[in-house]
Parts: sequence; structure tokens; C-alpha cells
Amino acid sequence: MRLAFEIALRFLKSGKGQTLLIALGISVGVAVQIFIGSLIQGLQISLVDTTIGSSSQITITSESDDKTIKDWKRTVYEAQISSPEIINVSPSLDGPASIDYENDTASVIIRGFILEDADKIYKFKNNLYQGQFPKNRGEAIIGKELAVKSGTEVGDNIALLTTRGNVITLKITGLFDLKVSSINDSWVVTDLKTAEDIFPTEGVTSVEMQVKDVFLADEISRQVAYTVSENNLKVDNWKDLNQSLLSGLNGQSISSYMIQIFVLVSVLLGISSVLAISVVQRSKQIGILKAMGIQDKDASLIFVFQGLMLGILGAILGICLGIGLLLMFTKFALNPDGSPVVPIYINYGFIALSGMFAVVTASTASLIPARITSKLNPIEVIKNG
Amino acid sequence: MANIIELKNINKIYGEKIKTQVLYDINISFEANSFNSIIGESGSGKSTLLNIIGTLDKPTSGELYIEDKRTDTMNKLELSILRNKTIGFIFQFHYLLPEFTAKENVLMPHKIHSYHVPKEVDEWADELLNFVGLSKVKNNKATNMSGGQQQRTAIARALINKPKIILADEPTGNLDSETTENVYSILRNINKKFNTTFIIITHDQRIAEKTDRIVQVKDGRINLDLRK
Ligand SMILES: Nc1ncnc2c1ncn2[C@@H]1O[C@H](COP(=O)(O)OP(=O)(O)OP(=O)(O)O)[C@@H](O)[C@H]1O
Ligand SMILES: [Mg+2]
Repeated sequence: MRLAFEIALRFLKSGKGQTLLIALGISVGVAVQIFIGSLIQGLQISLVDTTIGSSSQITITSESDDKTIKDWKRTVYEAQISSPEIINVSPSLDGPASIDYENDTASVIIRGFILEDADKIYKFKNNLYQGQFPKNRGEAIIGKELAVKSGTEVGDNIALLTTRGNVITLKITGLFDLKVSSINDSWVVTDLKTAEDIFPTEGVTSVEMQVKDVFLADEISRQVAYTVSENNLKVDNWKDLNQSLLSGLNGQSISSYMIQIFVLVSVLLGISSVLAISVVQRSKQIGILKAMGIQDKDASLIFVFQGLMLGILGAILGICLGIGLLLMFTKFALNPDGSPVVPIYINYGFIALSGMFAVVTASTASLIPARITSKLNPIEVIKNG
Repeated sequence: MANIIELKNINKIYGEKIKTQVLYDINISFEANSFNSIIGESGSGKSTLLNIIGTLDKPTSGELYIEDKRTDTMNKLELSILRNKTIGFIFQFHYLLPEFTAKENVLMPHKIHSYHVPKEVDEWADELLNFVGLSKVKNNKATNMSGGQQQRTAIARALINKPKIILADEPTGNLDSETTENVYSILRNINKKFNTTFIIITHDQRIAEKTDRIVQVKDGRINLDLRK
């Protein structure tokens, strides 16, 4: 066993050029795998982030007649404790209204939040391009599109007509741009107290929240549904509501796996053919070792160890190469604002896995030459010089 | 003296469709500690006979006994252990491992049965290398030695496990006459010093005459068997 290792090492050292070439071949495979994998993961994460990163990922609503969650403080608490994955729980009281301007009207949604909580989900503060966050009752912020079409500026009062026929006046303290036109176009964001004045109901209309790992939202939403105690509550999550986005992401993942599998297969074929050639090159040595009494399994082990060492060497080189490539892309290929052109997600677990796959592949590839070795009859070598 | 090697009705036929019989009903034994030579024309079957004795080749029929143990029925694993412990080979083309130094090559048969090299085995390797006159080049890679040096390394290697039998197939075939004399005197000395049984194939009449017993093979049969 140890002798097989020593001989394997010596064979690799004495054929340095060949060894380096195989290791390089493996490392290119590993690097490609790491690069493509990280790129696709990065693209997916950035896509998911832009799509659902700043929105409610799990939403509790009520299916009771008046569509309100009565004991909302309790529901908020229950949502918080239902899973450690849950973050940014935010209740809101929403209702429709319309706004009159010049010679047209637009329908809007008044959203009454506990502003500090809602900001963790929607990031209004970061996206205020004029004015400031509401501080007092009767103040609100609106989105860019709505401000433009209604000609509203910071400091203006707007008049809202509720479905009950009341007219309410709110003071606009700021304008936001969330880069989502449906929100920019229709949301009137105010605090919960103000909304309670406008819609004299008990409770809130929804409790929104986010989760640490967005892809677990469906599972966690089931835990939330299980935990909340009020009757007639309904718990939705983004995954159930965005099946087409998910299947798009899935397709991307599958094509990424396919690429990675083909890279692995070509690495496998490459190594096993080179190792098979090296058995032929070393058949004299194997023959003489067998004549001297080395056992077939030890003789085979020589090539398994060679495969293993080539795999490890290739994996280490490949990981360095792959990380180097990734760093180059994240550090040097930048947009004017400093963000990378290609979103790349460096996942060390994935990188380690790629390296391990290369080692396993290389060892598997050595099984063919190992078998040839085991079958080699020393007499053939001794007779044929 | 007891026989260490015994062949009973050994036949060797090569080929499946076109059969060529190379050895015919060979019956011969070799005594322990003896120094024997095999001579004969090219193609007469000398190497085939020696390879069968060395368990590298299988006889088509017949029985082979080494130290009174029947070997033609042993499996590959038993044979590899037997070869490693009991038999040392010296081939015509020295067959060193070119990736290793002379001393590493000499130690190889020991490492095959146990990887650890104790001090006394290490010293024994040095002693053998000294004995064949290679102290100076023992750390050279096999490829950096002359043909004669490689052949002497192979002799030292054949001895490292102190085998009872050494089989040599034209060990001096490609060496000049002076080196040939030298190698034979080494083999003779080993035979005397360590009581090793030798069977040596040679073309060289003068060398054959110096051995205790000359066996001549002709067309796959024992033609002559001369003892001193
Ligand atoms: N695999 C084989 N198939 C068929 N015939 C073979 C095979 N191997 C050897 N022979 C034949 O067996 C005969 C004996 O060969 P062997 O090598 O034993 O001769 P030898 O006496 O050692 O000759 P030399 O002195 O030239 O080494 C030869 O005629 C050879 O052609
Ligand atoms: Mg021959």
C-alpha cells in the first residue's frame, strides 16, 4: 500500500511534463465548473433579489368578511416566533382611494405601515429622492410616477377620495423611486395611525415578512400558517405566486448542471486515457515488479494513487484558477457605480464540492488503467524485452 | 543433497489453433546449493523452461515442486509470495526501475513484502552493493549507470531477500568478456557464501564449463546432463 504510493509518486515525478499536463487539464475543468457555477448562481441570486428582495416574501391576509386581521399584534408575534428564519415582520392597513388632479383621477392604494418596520422590507428611506420620511400623523410619501402625473411636489397636500365618499388630505413629505412602476404609480405610504383614521376598522389588512433564505419561503410559510391562531387567516408566499420565475430559474440551473456534467465527463475521459497510456509506458516496470512478487492489487493501487494525486493536484490548481477568475471579474469588471458587471456569487461550499468532484472523477478514471495493470502478465514483458 | 526443485513430466504447448510444443516431458531436479547451467541452441526452449521453474509461466501439463511444495496448482497470490521470498531473478535485460536509484532498486523486493526497511536490511543492501562493486554509484538513477553496473545492480536485487534459488537468463548476454568473468565470479561467490541454488542459462561454453552441472536442451528435450 505505502509502496504503491511511493511508486506512484515516483512515476508522477519522473514524468513531470505529463503530470503537469494532466493536472492542468483537470484544473481547467474545475475552473470552468467553478466559474460557470458561480456565475449562474450569481445571476439567479441577483434576479431573485431584484424581483422579490424588496417585497413581502410571506404575507398573511384574512379571509374573514371584512378582510381584517383583528388581533394583529398577536399575529405579528406569532409570525415572529414561528421560525428563526423569519425577519422584518411588518403589519399594514391598506385601502383603496382615488386622487383628483387637473382633469383626471387616478386610483391609489393607501398603505398604512409601522414605517420603521416596513422600511426594512421596502427600503423607502434609501430610495427617497426628494424630501424626507413622514414623522407626524397626516403625512405621507408617494412614488415617482404618481408624483409626476399628478404634479405633486414635496410640501404639497393631496386630496384623496375614499370609497366611502370621504375626502382626506395628506401632506406629502417626500417622493420615492422603488424602480417598480406599479408601486411608484399607486402607493400612498403613510403610518398606521393615519391609515386607522382614514379606514375606521379594527386591526390590519395584512402582515408582511421576509425570510433569510428566500428559497425556503414555501416551507416557512407553512410553519407560519401552522402557528398563527386567529381564524380565517391565509398565508401566501412568493414561490407559490411566482411559478414562472421559479421554472425559469430551474431551467437555468439544469443547463448549468449539464455544462458541469459534460466538463466532468471530458475530464474523466482525458485522465483515464492518459493513465491508460502511462500503464503501457510503464508495463516493463509493472512486469518486473510482478516477477519480484508484487501483488496484483498493489500494482493496481499504483495507478489509483496516481489518479488520486493528479485529482488533488488538479483540484487545487483549478480552485486557485477558478477563484482567480472570479476575483478578476468581481474586482476589475465594474460598472461606473462600482458594482460588478457580472453578478457573481462566491460560494465556498460549492467550490469545495467542485474540487471534491474532480478528485472523485480522477480516482474513478484510474480504475480502467488499474484493471489493465491487474491483468498484466509479467511473462509478456520479460519475453518481449 | 535434497532436491529443491523438481519437474515431473512438464510439457509446454503454445497457441490455441496452431499448437507449437516447446517442451516435451521434462523430468529433472536440482539439488539445493548447487550451481547449474542450461545450454542449448537458440529456440530450443531454455527460457521457457526457466520461466516455468520461476512460476512466471505455467506448464501445459506436468507438476512442479519447489521446496517440496507443488506450485503449478497455486493461485496468483500464493505464487507472488513464493516468488518474492524464495526466488531471485536476473534477466538478460536488467529490468531495473529507471525511476529509482540503484539502492532503491535493490531494496524493492524487500519493500514488496514489508514497506519498512529495518537497519539490518539497509546495511545488507549496502553490503550487497559493495559485494558487486557498486558502492560508489548506489545513489545513481538506474538510467545513469552502464549496462554492466545495471546488471550487477540486478544481481544485488535478486539477493536482497536471501532467496534459496536464483534463476538467471543469460545474465551476461550483452556484456563484454571481462565483465562477464567478473559477474560469474560474483555469482559463484554468492553460491558459496549464502548456499544459494543457481540455474543459469548461458551461451558461453567457457562459463558453462565452470558450473557444477551442465544441462543441454535440444528441441524441447533434455539432451545431455553432465555433472562434475
Ligand atoms: N508465445 C509463444 N507462442 C508460440 N511460440 C512461442 C511463444 N513463446 C516462445 N515460443 C517458441 O518457443 C520456442 C522456445 O523459445 P525459448 O524462448 O524458450 O527459446 P530459448 O531456448 O530461450 O532461445 P534463445 O536462446 O534464443 O533465448 C521458440 O521456438 C519460440 O519460437
Ligand atoms: Mg531465451
